[in-house]
Amino acid sequence: MTKYTEDHEWVEADGDIATIGITDYAQKALGDVVFVELPEVNASYSAGDEVAVVESVKAASEVYAPLDGVITEVNGDLEGDPSLVNTAPTSNGWFFKMKLANTGDLDGLMDEEAYNDFVAGLE
Amino acid sequence: MRYLPLTNDDRQAMLAKIGVRHVDDLFRDVPKADLNPDIDLPRHQSEMMVERQLSRLAAKNTPAGSVPFFIGAGAYKHHVPATVDHMIQRGEFLTAYTPYQPEIAQGTLQYLFEFQSMVAQLTGMDVANASMYDGSTATAEAVMMARRVTRKKKAILAGGLHAHYRAVVETTTQFTDDVIESLAPVPSDPGAELQAAMDAIDDTTSCVVVQNPTVNGSVMDLAPIAEKAHAHKALLIVVVTEVMSLGLIKSPGEMGADIVVGEGQSIGNGLNFGGPYLGLFATNQKYVRQMPGRLCGKTTDTEGKEGFVLTLSTREQHIRREKATSNICTNSGLCSLAFTVHMSLLGEKGLRQTALVNHKRATDVRNAVAAIDGIEVLNSTFFNEFTVKLPTSAAPVVDKLAADGVLAGVPMSRLYPGDGFDDLLILAATETVSEDDIQILAAKLKEALS
Amino acid sequence: MSMNSQGRPTAPTADNDTGEMTPVFESFSGHQGLRIAEPLVFELGTTQTTGVDVEEIEDFELSVGGLERDSEIGCPGLAEPDVVRHFTRLSRRNYGIDMGVFPLGSCTMKHNPRLNEKMARLPGFGDIHPLQPLSTVQGALELMTELSHWITTLTGMPAVALSPKAGAHGELCGVMAIRAALEARGDAREIVLCPESAHGTNPATAAFCGYKVKSIPAKENGRVDAEALKAALDDTVAAVMITNPNTCGLFEDEIKDIADAIHAAGAFFYCDGANFNAIMGKVRPGDLGVDAMHLNLHKTFSTPHGGGGPGSGPVVFSDALKDFAPMPYVVAGADGFDIVEDGDDTSLGRLTAYHGQMGMYVRALSYMMSHGSDGIRQAAEDAVLNANYVLASLGDVMSASFDGPCMHEALFDDRFLKDTGVTTLDFAKAMIDEGYHPMTMYFPLVVHGAMLVEPTETESKYNMDQFIRSMRGLATEARAGKTARFEGAPYHAPWKRLDETQAARQPVLRYTVPEAAE
Repeated sequence: MTKYTEDHEWVEADGDIATIGITDYAQKALGDVVFVELPEVNASYSAGDEVAVVESVKAASEVYAPLDGVITEVNGDLEGDPSLVNTAPTSNGWFFKMKLANTGDLDGLMDEEAYNDFVAGLE
Repeated sequence: MRYLPLTNDDRQAMLAKIGVRHVDDLFRDVPKADLNPDIDLPRHQSEMMVERQLSRLAAKNTPAGSVPFFIGAGAYKHHVPATVDHMIQRGEFLTAYTPYQPEIAQGTLQYLFEFQSMVAQLTGMDVANASMYDGSTATAEAVMMARRVTRKKKAILAGGLHAHYRAVVETTTQFTDDVIESLAPVPSDPGAELQAAMDAIDDTTSCVVVQNPTVNGSVMDLAPIAEKAHAHKALLIVVVTEVMSLGLIKSPGEMGADIVVGEGQSIGNGLNFGGPYLGLFATNQKYVRQMPGRLCGKTTDTEGKEGFVLTLSTREQHIRREKATSNICTNSGLCSLAFTVHMSLLGEKGLRQTALVNHKRATDVRNAVAAIDGIEVLNSTFFNEFTVKLPTSAAPVVDKLAADGVLAGVPMSRLYPGDGFDDLLILAATETVSEDDIQILAAKLKEALS
Repeated sequence: MSMNSQGRPTAPTADNDTGEMTPVFESFSGHQGLRIAEPLVFELGTTQTTGVDVEEIEDFELSVGGLERDSEIGCPGLAEPDVVRHFTRLSRRNYGIDMGVFPLGSCTMKHNPRLNEKMARLPGFGDIHPLQPLSTVQGALELMTELSHWITTLTGMPAVALSPKAGAHGELCGVMAIRAALEARGDAREIVLCPESAHGTNPATAAFCGYKVKSIPAKENGRVDAEALKAALDDTVAAVMITNPNTCGLFEDEIKDIADAIHAAGAFFYCDGANFNAIMGKVRPGDLGVDAMHLNLHKTFSTPHGGGGPGSGPVVFSDALKDFAPMPYVVAGADGFDIVEDGDDTSLGRLTAYHGQMGMYVRALSYMMSHGSDGIRQAAEDAVLNANYVLASLGDVMSASFDGPCMHEALFDDRFLKDTGVTTLDFAKAMIDEGYHPMTMYFPLVVHGAMLVEPTETESKYNMDQFIRSMRGLATEARAGKTARFEGAPYHAPWKRLDETQAARQPVLRYTVPEAAE
């Protein structure tokens, strides 16, 4: 089941491995993404740490670690084709995978309905 | 007042439109007690009067072009073609702003693209930015960029780095995470000077900064230090304070540099008592997003016509704010135009030939002063500048020659006071030096030392 | 009468519509007449062409340690006529102050007097080396001293450091001096407060000096929220950076109160002097409690912007900070002027090689002397008058963000464009078709779709009225739903809108020789 953060990231866990990207709402707000700076594999982060940077023509935003964990894989395709973040934010435009320190932490994130309500509240 | 078009009638009509009686009503937020203080300065003056007074001040100085002139040490007297100044004074260039509205700034943007391309070619690197304040500040920026790239902190400044550049790096990084290890110059043995920098490289090193030619004028092979730096995952930053040298000497890129910074004043720009000058900054493609400063890139407009825009600006302060790669927002636009115009006149052929003439003149000066009893030339290699050891303190000799109408180089003690280099003199000779100038220098030096 | 029908037609022929003319032959102008498609110099020149005559010299023994540059550099050359033509053609694609009103808020695009250019080119200023013996540059040091006197008098501050190369460099200098002063008294502090309307350079500078940046909100009237600022002040705050007049074009009316609070907390007041043009000769920052402030000589004192520099950013200091000012600095002695380049242990150090932007010092002093104390005050008044005239003349058709009076710039936001489909960007680009450089847009960030108009004092009432008519016309059309002229504007610039996404996704940052055709 996909979970969401208030920083507009989605988290999809498969066992203790979570795939993380930014939401469709976030990519629309950013505009055309031109560059993504990804973390190094094996780096460990605590929830809230800056992990990646996503740049559009007009803005640069940090992507935060949604939960504690260690990076297991990054989406190298984004380096050659950052537009994937715009065209397929929740599939081919994923950013990185993390091995979660504690899968139970997932419960603290929003589900889809809660996130949609959260976004609706922003407008 | 000739720069103010509004008449008193205009002002009254405008105040009426705004709905206030007096202009000071518009300043009502200013604390009353502080408004309209007495300003004890002269009143306005005509163009003629201002010109007269400033010309009087200018006349108290000795222009380089009026005397035999041998001063370098990071700023060089070259002949700048008349075309250069004419072009940069066109109002469309002179009075334009930073090209943030590309539809009406393609003139500026295209020359910046040409400039970036020329700097990349000269330095032997992949890409260059649209210029920085000057060579010294560009060097400081390079050190900080190396920290971002390598995520290491220790920067080694080789002894051959110009004293001011060293000081600027130290000052600029004093409150950042960088750790600066500055090595002492060894004017008599540039090989040992470079070796000391090599020996200082270890796994904690972010970069090693080497000037070529060195502040004492020596031309160095940097391939070995590049290899050592790369073996320790450190970057080699090469500083070029005399860009004209790149017309004769192998480029830093060819010797393995990762970042090349430099002072571009020599091409297109006058001495100006130290500024404005032109900071050059070039690096390899893989580091481009860590590069500070403005960048111009090619694109197309909505009709498919090729054009240029400022790009990758998310690195800059107006978007990243406290996370920007650098706090700077200005480049040296007009100086980079002067550089580009001059380079277009020179072309590779003219550049190479001018560089060769520089080397010839310096060789002639070297031969002339080496023949004087008591003077020892320290350099075995040089481009257009070298260092000599005098049998006495250099500063008084330079002062004496200045009084005699010869500007005879820079006493090394001016750059490194108290470091025991009192008897060293750095002499430069460009294409502007004539045979007569050299004879006068030799004769006056001989006289001063006898 | 006899009819002579020889010679050229003197009136256009009835049908001169060339709209559908298709290019049928290769045309260097792209069939565009004066809108010539000018190639890159790399496409025009060759490495064997040169526009200079350099003397031929006989072979001699080189002393470069065997490091001659053997490989081709690739730099193209052109003969002089072609260089002149190339850059002249490029220049004609630019818009500059010389061509019309340039109301770019926050940038002070005032007229650049040509006397300044002439003075900077006197050989006694333009052709002197920074390391000449001091006996041969006494006039230059005197000029720097004179300029310092004008700057300290106008700002009411005891000292000035001339050497910073531009505004942001000046900020760095100022905040470094603050940190040096705090360290000298053993007072480690961590935070710099910036209002949310600050220039991006302010937080960037503070971060550069190792400080954490905390943002202070604005009040509804566009000024810093003094209460919020006071609440944030404690002994961890090193400095507060405030632009005054602020980036909304308003004077911070509680500035002295704020300054007192800053000092009571043991912190320093850094003032961003980017907008000094509005108040020069009218009020001295020294009287407002400022500890450090940079001036932009290329804004306030008319040195040219030159398409993005060179600038010059001298910093004035209070008594509390002046001992920490950077080297070098000029001192007057019995035997003339001397320059301190080394050995001042309290100084924050050296920020640039040599002595700073001498060329800009000459231009700025030439401007100051021309205006004099009376003209400088008049210039500030006229700048403020022109901006308020804009505010008063457009307030009914555009949405002013704050009540007037304003200082030297008038801030509008995009409320008046609501539901029209026209954005601030569109509106700005449409101004190009009217013959103007757009105003500053989307800055400051505190209002939505900001449009910041700074006419400066060097516009006549005629120019102002013409500009206002154009702006009213555009605003009226946009609100009436006539949006054609906005969509895709500009239509009459040398280029249409350019694709910034493409430029950033696949950066092409230099010329490369095209692959040979197969």
